[in-house]
Amino acid sequence: MKKHSTNFSDNKDSEEELEIYKEEEKFYRASQRQLVWWKFKKHRLAMFALPLLIFLYLLAIFADFFAPYSPETRFPNYLGVPPTRIYFSSEGKLQRPFVYDMKRELDPKSFQFKFTENRTRKYPIRFFVEGESYKLLGFLSVNVHLFGTDSGGPPVFLFGTDTLGRCLLSRTLSGARISLSIGLVGVFLSFILGLILGGISGYFGGTIDEVIQRIIDFLISIPGIPLWMALSASLPRNWSVVRTYFAITVILSLFGWCSLARVVRGKLLALREEDFVMAARLAGASEWRIIMRHLLPSFASHLIVSITLSIPSMILGETALSFLGLGMRPPAISWGVLLQDAQEVIVVAQRPWQLIPAFFVIVTVLLFNFLGDGLRDAVDPYAR
Amino acid sequence: MLFYIIRRIITVIPLLFVLSLVSFIIIQLPPGSFLDTYISTLKLSGTEVSDAEIARLIKLYDLDKPMYVQYFTWIKNIVLHGDLGRSFQWNRPVKQLIGDRIGLTMLISILTILFTWIIAVPIGIYSALHQYSLFDYFFTFLGFIGLALPGFLVALIVVWIAFSSFGISVTGLFSPNFVNAPWTLAKVVDMLKHIWVPMIIIGISGTAGLIRTIRANLLDELRKQYVITARAKGLPERRLIFKYPVRIAINPLVSTIGWMLPGVIGGEVIVSIVLNIPTTGPLLYGALQSQDMYLAGSFILILSTLTVIGTLISDILLAWVDPRIRYGGVGG
Repeated sequence: MKKHSTNFSDNKDSEEELEIYKEEEKFYRASQRQLVWWKFKKHRLAMFALPLLIFLYLLAIFADFFAPYSPETRFPNYLGVPPTRIYFSSEGKLQRPFVYDMKRELDPKSFQFKFTENRTRKYPIRFFVEGESYKLLGFLSVNVHLFGTDSGGPPVFLFGTDTLGRCLLSRTLSGARISLSIGLVGVFLSFILGLILGGISGYFGGTIDEVIQRIIDFLISIPGIPLWMALSASLPRNWSVVRTYFAITVILSLFGWCSLARVVRGKLLALREEDFVMAARLAGASEWRIIMRHLLPSFASHLIVSITLSIPSMILGETALSFLGLGMRPPAISWGVLLQDAQEVIVVAQRPWQLIPAFFVIVTVLLFNFLGDGLRDAVDPYAR
Repeated sequence: MLFYIIRRIITVIPLLFVLSLVSFIIIQLPPGSFLDTYISTLKLSGTEVSDAEIARLIKLYDLDKPMYVQYFTWIKNIVLHGDLGRSFQWNRPVKQLIGDRIGLTMLISILTILFTWIIAVPIGIYSALHQYSLFDYFFTFLGFIGLALPGFLVALIVVWIAFSSFGISVTGLFSPNFVNAPWTLAKVVDMLKHIWVPMIIIGISGTAGLIRTIRANLLDELRKQYVITARAKGLPERRLIFKYPVRIAINPLVSTIGWMLPGVIGGEVIVSIVLNIPTTGPLLYGALQSQDMYLAGSFILILSTLTVIGTLISDILLAWVDPRIRYGGVGG
């Protein structure tokens, strides 16, 4: 969508005029959806965030394939190994990427194990290697992994390992499943709550509106984190992973719906006075039909923006709770659970690579913020 | 004005009632009664509890009565005697445990908000006056990152960098020799040397948000007619900007306390756990882990009450600063 000039009587040559005219024609004939997409495309950060987020979700869905090992496999000889270095050249010549095996030695001074590279033999990195079998998408039994070394070769740990010798890359990818999905599931729950309560509040008004508004005022005026902590701490510890997961999601959504409800209510209040609602009512449409067919579609785009912008707080909430040991607990794996190991300074100082999941959390949250920002600009394509 | 204040205070009362109810429910959430846990904890530590002691506790908290009676006894004890219940983990009254810590939490929270203002106001004004300059872009980007960074992860990374690069520990609020010392001037000075670390970390996201608000507000104001009129009359640019638009644009300093305070206090709790600062955070955390519910519930009650009171004060301040609110009524 180029900036279109409106003065046609200019003394520009006719070809250029026609070009501009075509542009205008395209602009006026475009559907709402097209206009939104054009505007969205202009937001560079959002266009950069969208493919990356899709990539992150693909990583989570196919975590078993992208990860070289299963997240639970322990390598007893490789406890707390730093990230494996990958070499692309030897003796100045470029060659197939390879790694060295790691040798464990006791440091005589600090009495701690140190890992050094055993440079006697090179092990090339192979793609699509066979390894531990897993269930792809939950039912296809496969044993191919994206990369690894030949069987018999040393394991490759791109992100290092934890104290139990588990591959941190595999665990981070696996943890993405809970961390990334809890945002979506939580927002879905908040969305339903916000839509229903905000809808009732905005459409019917009066006493119900007043009561719901007071509840929202109450929920946003109390500090969420201590309350989250208290509620999730009271979940029984013997609950299964799935049950805890849903309980945590519900706790997070209990506070998340307020902003959505406010958007819904505000938009409904503005829209129900519009002429098209009156027209629908005169034509004999039921209240339900007016809400679902006429009102909801007109502010759906604004809802999508609010939803996108509230996903990050869900992800951060889960990470914070799990980090403190009050949310998801091992054997469940999420980024927060992985960061739990990095709670103490000593641990972080010895194995800084255990902070890598934090980087994933920050990047995801940033990307969602960029995306939401782009969407917010795009949903109002007529605004300049 | 007085009418507005009274009306605003009346709206707080049902809020406080619901807060107390929520705190009480939290206390009751874990399975088993408080007394059973209390007795079993004491037995584990080798102390036998006498029947007389149990009877006294039952009578004190009406534990043999129905739930609503227990609630009223609990709230009566708090309001009339300032008795928040007993922490069985520490075997001491909750009141003794939390006094100092609540004070420190409030101190850090207030300092954080002041810090946010001191940083955000000049940057926000400068960004708006030099829209689309390099400086503006830089801070817009920084603001984005600041909003995305959760305090506890920043704290974790700061601790790591300070430890690995400079070999210093930024955790805690006092030097070792001051930890158990009584409050003296030297201890206060020592605390001020440490307190800036949590202050900055907790303040990051608030600062980022406030910069954006002030920038957007000032940009709106600068486009208004009265600015053009004043400029046309030949008012010096600097005086013009600082006398009118800036004064309106920094209104959110007061009006946003309401939503900043819950965030700051919540952030303070979790950052303190990472940095091991002796405020409410670590104690609440410990209480929740060992299900020491009277302690945990009291923390929730007091933190929420303080937040509500903070919001109330900010609303009254706002009404004082901005007459439109005072005459427009609470609902606006």
